[in-house]
Amino acid sequence: MNRFAALLDRLAYEPRRNAKIRLMADYFREVPDPERGWALAALTGALSFKHAKPNLVRTLIGKRTDPFLFQMSRDYVGDMAETVALMWPVSHGANHVPTLTEIVAGLNETSKLDLPGRLASWLDALDETGRWALLKLITGSLRIGASARLAKTAVAALGDNIAPNDVEHVWPGLQPPYEDLFAWVEGRGPMPENTDPAPFHTPMLSTAIEDTANWRDVLDSADFSAEWKWDGIRVQAVGGIDEDGQRAARLYSRTGEEISHSFPDIISAIDFTGAVDGELLIVRDGRVQSFNVLQQRLNRKAITPKLVAEYPAHIRAYDLLTEAGEDLRALAFAERRLRLERFIEEAGEKFDLSPQIDFATWEELTAARADPASHGAGIDAEAVEGVMIKRNASIYVPGRPKGEWFKWKRDPYIVDAVLLYAQRGSGKRSSFYSDYTFGVWAPGEDGDELVPVGKAYFGFTDEELVELDRFVRKNTINRFGPVREVTHEADEGLVFEVAFEGLSRSTRHRSGVAMRFPRISRIRWDKPPREADRIEHLEALLSDAAVS
Amino acid sequence: MHVDPTRPVDYAIITHGHSDHARAGHGHVLATPQTLRIMEARYGRDFAGSVQAIEYGEVVTLKGGVDISFHPAGHVLGSAQILFEWKGFRAVVSGDYKRERDPTCAPFALVRCDLFVTEATFGLPVFRHPLAAGEIAKLVDSAELFPERAHLVGAYSLGKAQRLMAMLREAGWGRPIYVHGAMVALTDLYIDEGVPLGDIRHVAPDERKNLGGEIVICPPSTLQEIWSRKFPDPVSAVASGWMRVRARARQQGAELPLVISDHAGWDDLGKTIIETGASEIWVTHGAEEALVYWCESQGLRARPLHLVGYGDEEAEDVAAPVENT
Ligand SMILES: [Zn+2]
Ligand SMILES: [Zn+2]
Repeated sequence: MNRFAALLDRLAYEPRRNAKIRLMADYFREVPDPERGWALAALTGALSFKHAKPNLVRTLIGKRTDPFLFQMSRDYVGDMAETVALMWPVSHGANHVPTLTEIVAGLNETSKLDLPGRLASWLDALDETGRWALLKLITGSLRIGASARLAKTAVAALGDNIAPNDVEHVWPGLQPPYEDLFAWVEGRGPMPENTDPAPFHTPMLSTAIEDTANWRDVLDSADFSAEWKWDGIRVQAVGGIDEDGQRAARLYSRTGEEISHSFPDIISAIDFTGAVDGELLIVRDGRVQSFNVLQQRLNRKAITPKLVAEYPAHIRAYDLLTEAGEDLRALAFAERRLRLERFIEEAGEKFDLSPQIDFATWEELTAARADPASHGAGIDAEAVEGVMIKRNASIYVPGRPKGEWFKWKRDPYIVDAVLLYAQRGSGKRSSFYSDYTFGVWAPGEDGDELVPVGKAYFGFTDEELVELDRFVRKNTINRFGPVREVTHEADEGLVFEVAFEGLSRSTRHRSGVAMRFPRISRIRWDKPPREADRIEHLEALLSDAAVS
Repeated sequence: MHVDPTRPVDYAIITHGHSDHARAGHGHVLATPQTLRIMEARYGRDFAGSVQAIEYGEVVTLKGGVDISFHPAGHVLGSAQILFEWKGFRAVVSGDYKRERDPTCAPFALVRCDLFVTEATFGLPVFRHPLAAGEIAKLVDSAELFPERAHLVGAYSLGKAQRLMAMLREAGWGRPIYVHGAMVALTDLYIDEGVPLGDIRHVAPDERKNLGGEIVICPPSTLQEIWSRKFPDPVSAVASGWMRVRARARQQGAELPLVISDHAGWDDLGKTIIETGASEIWVTHGAEEALVYWCESQGLRARPLHLVGYGDEEAEDVAAPVENT
């Protein structure tokens, strides 16, 4: 357990994706079965510990420490589990350090009554980091510094020629501690069979059309179809029949994470055998809601009938990957589309077809993209974030094949805003002021003042970052820990052209608005802050129906 | 006569060379020979009107018949506890001290006394320092796992830096160890005092990009400065007792926190207080409240001194980054 705790500890501090993968791969390489398998389960969220109540932990530490010293320490540390981990008295008799495997087994076989004693004996034997990790795990409050996807990528890295998607493919049929998975990636065993009756299929992804030079000339519009790119979340809805004849239904995110538990309304509507690739949206009274509305449902942990009724989920289908046991992925898109159209007719009211855009030339498609409402999207136009262009002959290939599918996003919104605060970044950027808070003009008590409207930390090149960092250091007027306030007067300061995808009302921001995906699109070294935009400009965008 | 005065005085007794204890400008200074050398390296030859070197264990009788002597504190090279004896009454001023082994200085010597004036930098029960060797192993493991990245270790220039070097050698790290310019003089002084540190090299500015796989020791503040950028994909390690608490490690941007302290942790503070046999404890320098409370719970008379002007050197170095070093 101490070794696993050390890994969790290191992951919590390491900002770099590739370094996290290597740390995990190193762990999997060093640690034998079944210990590493239980660790993989914990890292991917597949392990559900019998949750101990924080109260139990409080009682245990209360018997072992002075309440006044505990309180002072707790105030200083700021976290209950960490304080207990650090203050837990060393017990020299306890020298058998429990493995994660023993802890998992122990938690399963321990009655509620015996749990305090069992937990205390483990805490006696672990070191500070081990105690911290155990307490966080069993109280269900561990934030793992890596996603399930990253952990699977690390497993793939153990093998010679195994892609993360290969691991993803076999994953649904696996159980902790995954000995068959490790055997396969290490070349000691066969590829585990995906016995899931409703498996995930690695999705096909598109590239940005702008990345293809002179695409209007190079690509022949006659070879392509187009449809709207809906602003929801890309999902896969899969139904099947298991060995016992029971119906299986699952909903997966784009990366293969199962999200069925969050969408019982979709799961209960899957009564087919097949795999639909589509967009998850909220549809109320026949109208697609903005991403902000979907976000409100995604933010809720508890899925209540009330939530489901208020935020009814819906799937707009893009593609059909399997049907009644037949794999359609080797068929051309045009053919799959015909199959999809028939399939959706029978799929029930939670599913509908993503309509295709009628166009003959790229000019016509350009016009449609500029005005989705009058080109078929109708009242749902505000949930359109661009168009998807798909080659009619394209077969369904996992990953991001070049030249087959393209996305062409709607133009973002643009605002000129003034840099107010800068904060040091993390990882490679920890010595750079790379996170910028910017504001626009608003009427204040003593005339106009700048109010913060958002924060951005990308959109600029490495060279620009060096210049921005220099500007921040030279123009600092105040410091608060890692944050610097930067000069922002009418004639002195720095203007950013900020691009963003949408705007919503927010009570958390003083300005009353919150931006979606803001990024720095240009640095206006030439522009005085006086000429930056005003809050009224954003408010107008907000009331404009076109902004979600 | 003052111990570690924060303002210039006529007659000063200095426990060790850290800047919050050893200041320039006193009339006469009494200290160990190593501490005097450290002060000279930091402040120049004329850091005091006159100096008097006292070896560990040597007894000097002051005016008024008080005998004083210096005893190893195990904190940094030359660090001492000061024992005052007068008509059979014994008082010890600890300065900063630690009980854990440190290959770069004389080990802490327990001095029994009636009054013990103790530091309390880590005077909260959450400060349980692990064995430093385990933390050094973390650093070496990381350097081996990421052989293309430079490992920058933020550490205080006097004591901590040299202790890291010596412990890396004990852990079998045979490569050159690189140091920031701010550490060169003190490191040379340690080597000159007979502390073996192996091949230590000053980082040349144009060489930084080639130091993938190397360990580089630098002042903690430089980790966030422009200086650190030129290294290949650097790992920011920080070696400090404060790294025990996650919020502090985060605040400092540590990616590889190493809990290595040159001060006694909570358990060692309590153990030392008991072992001195003192019946009266004065607590200074840090988190006084918890330690005073603990002393009272042990039936000892204790009071906080609330002295201003002393801080933890590391904390100061962290709080006030120096630009462009
Ligand atoms: Zn000191
Ligand atoms: Zn000190």
